[in-house]
Amino acid sequence: MNGAVSLLLGGLFGIGLVLAGMTDPAYIRGFLDVSGEWRPELAFVMASALVISIVFFQLIQPKMARPLLAEGFSLPTASQVDGRLIGGAFLFGMGWAVSGYCPGPGIASLAYLEPKAFGFVGAMLVGFKLADWLAPVR
Amino acid sequence: MLQVVLGGALIGLASALLMATHGRIAGISSIVQRALFLRGEESWTVWFVLGLMLGPAAMLLSGWVTPPNIDIDWGSIIVGGLLVGMGTKIGSGCTSGHGVCGMGRFSARSVVAVVVFMSVGVMTVLLMRLGGVL
Repeated sequence: MNGAVSLLLGGLFGIGLVLAGMTDPAYIRGFLDVSGEWRPELAFVMASALVISIVFFQLIQPKMARPLLAEGFSLPTASQVDGRLIGGAFLFGMGWAVSGYCPGPGIASLAYLEPKAFGFVGAMLVGFKLADWLAPVR
Repeated sequence: MLQVVLGGALIGLASALLMATHGRIAGISSIVQRALFLRGEESWTVWFVLGLMLGPAAMLLSGWVTPPNIDIDWGSIIVGGLLVGMGTKIGSGCTSGHGVCGMGRFSARSVVAVVVFMSVGVMTVLLMRLGGVL
């Protein structure tokens, strides 16, 4: 049951990414390219995703005693804005602009059997490991 | 435009439903790591990642969409992928975890992360333009 629901939600998320245009790296670069031919549509993707996320997290989730299929909610507890957060976001922003991919669209693009999507995901996995090695959590 | 707004809404809906059913943040960078380096009762992450690929695959097979052309060179793909992997691991999240879920929770950390990665993204493309790479 949990697995089936999770599979469906992953599918819904992936379909959303494709419809939103997120799996086209040229589109991502176009959004970030404010000095060139700027394509601002991505702002609408984030805005519509956020409207639903805000309604859910602010109005619905606080009223739920527990998730429908799990024991409890697992929410991030860190509240400190620190160097890791800023440095990590900095590196991610660079990588996002350089490749045109972020993690979700990279994985979703594997469905296209696009060699460069496999290259991106492979490099990203190496990046996860490099982070553990170069910047371990103390 | 309607399609873009609908796509965003589906992303938001899937994220909300993952929290409502599994009690988990839909942060793809974290889900992928958990799916690959499985620990304990995290098998839902494997199903989620499978769905993330099967949804687009179904769209492709039904003729709904065609794959985009990827003009970006291999060097940028690999360097970008390494940076995305390191950055999302060190910064605890990406566009989905910080951008959709974290901002929806009004998390100060996520708002800071989104402002940083968006502005660094814009600056990076600008520098690539000035440097003649684009």
